[in-house]
Amino acid sequence: MIEIRFHGRGGQGAVTAANILASAAFKEGKYVQAFPFFGVERRGAPVTAFTRIDDRPIRIKTQIYEPDIVVVLDPSLLDTVDVTAGLKDNGIVIVNTEKSKEEVLEKLKKKPAKLALVDATTIALEILGLPITNTAILGAVAKATRIVDLPYIQEAIKETFSGSLGEKNAKAAEESFNKTVIYEL
Amino acid sequence: MEYKPIRKVVSGNYAAAYAVKHARVQVVAAYPITPQTSIIEKIAEFIANGETDIQYVPVESEHSAMAATIGASATGARAFTATAAQGLALMHEMLHWASGARLPIVMVDVNRAMAPPWSVWDDQTDSLAQRDTGWMQFYAENNQEVYDGVLMSYKIAETVNVPVMVVESAFILSHTYDVVEMIPQELVDEFLPPRKPLYTLTDFDNPVSVGALATPNDYYEFRYKLAKAHEDAKKVIKDVGKEFGERFGRDYSSMIETGYIDDADFVFMGMGSLMGTVKQAVDLLRDEGYRVGYAKVRWFRPFPKEELEAIAESVKGIAVLDRNFSFGQEGILFNEAKGALYNTGERPLMKDYIVGLGGRDFTVPDVKAIAENMKAIIEKGELDREVEWYHLKR
Repeated sequence: MIEIRFHGRGGQGAVTAANILASAAFKEGKYVQAFPFFGVERRGAPVTAFTRIDDRPIRIKTQIYEPDIVVVLDPSLLDTVDVTAGLKDNGIVIVNTEKSKEEVLEKLKKKPAKLALVDATTIALEILGLPITNTAILGAVAKATRIVDLPYIQEAIKETFSGSLGEKNAKAAEESFNKTVIYEL
Repeated sequence: MEYKPIRKVVSGNYAAAYAVKHARVQVVAAYPITPQTSIIEKIAEFIANGETDIQYVPVESEHSAMAATIGASATGARAFTATAAQGLALMHEMLHWASGARLPIVMVDVNRAMAPPWSVWDDQTDSLAQRDTGWMQFYAENNQEVYDGVLMSYKIAETVNVPVMVVESAFILSHTYDVVEMIPQELVDEFLPPRKPLYTLTDFDNPVSVGALATPNDYYEFRYKLAKAHEDAKKVIKDVGKEFGERFGRDYSSMIETGYIDDADFVFMGMGSLMGTVKQAVDLLRDEGYRVGYAKVRWFRPFPKEELEAIAESVKGIAVLDRNFSFGQEGILFNEAKGALYNTGERPLMKDYIVGLGGRDFTVPDVKAIAENMKAIIEKGELDREVEWYHLKR
């Protein structure tokens, strides 16, 4: 079972990202589970969402405490939230940031085995005209983790957002996939 | 027609809404309340898209939601509503009207903690507080069971003329996306044909009165008939659960789903979504050599006394997991299970663990810690205490 934890802020679509990733993995024939941290979500407040992916039906009904993969949608969270809490030793961290590898690593409490960086905010602003990074960051997830192929993510995005909005969001994911830089640590 | 399921990734609430559509429900009356709201929003969306011709009645409170559902059901319609916590409490009076008038309504209650303090998270005390209203209660472990539970409940309710509450966990199911196998409409129709009511308010050639006065000379027999209907429902539940399994591959012929009972010193017993985590943990515990199993109570009303007795015969201990509490006494499932076994002579060591109230996360390590405690109790042959508030901050 692969466990993924998303960190975002209310309004950035972390919950939607978790759902889209689950739908994409489902299209690949996996069993999935996606859910928000059941907190008191408000626009701008830190938000957590989770996705589980497995080859077998998923029975466990708890939050994720030891993720394989952590996805950070908002770079400012690195200053306020311990995003690597419980991260597995071979864990992957994916961050939306314009900062360098060194600057990001300095803020992480635990060094991941792999770090993937992409400036998803700029991509989202260019393509969507809004700083909503949930679909763009999924391109980075596809590239850094190889748990789900990009076309499945794009298909799931188009099912979530209809018409031209879906096309644009799928394009944001592709752009992010191409621009993501991966560091093996 | 061969059964080929339609697999979708949906939340527990959407699973409920799809089941309502597939059951060809005719009337829905509801009032929004977190975390139930997305059930009725999804139904409203189905109506707006022209996917169903459900008559939707927006009302100003849950009391009225149940009142309108009762009215619809009394005309012979298949009727549905959904609520949670304070909303269910506000319906309380009307719940008696529904069961007393023997109307086969199905309602989804999304288990949510009662306020104050204000909470929107999972807790079974809201539905269990409606224990004595005469409704049957089905507890779903996962989104699939929410979907299957609604479909089966209409068939069961319409056979015995008793309403059913299908209960799912706040957020842990209601807002969690998971894979659900849905049944093609034609096959649902074969399993669940249109309702055939014995009496309706709109059969003007055979006029009836619903909710009339019964003097002391008659009231008692009305109560007995409702009591007997619950007793008779046990066989109907098993038959419908078996038929569902034969048609669609998921068997619900037991009111208590068990695992590893024959080879277990003790079992975890509980209801709802926390039993998914328990199943996962039990597999891990067995790998570590623990002789442990599980007993998931699917139907709390009618209470599956006979099945519980069979479990009690074969184990030394039962660890009851209650995500609920009856103040001044103990966890409600624990209380019921002990009471059910008293006269049977089957008295395994039973301990009540109060867990997960108000959405406190109940994890695999928690199940393991309880297993450790229960194992020690069985080795010693006596309880350390009867009721334990497991998560209490010390």
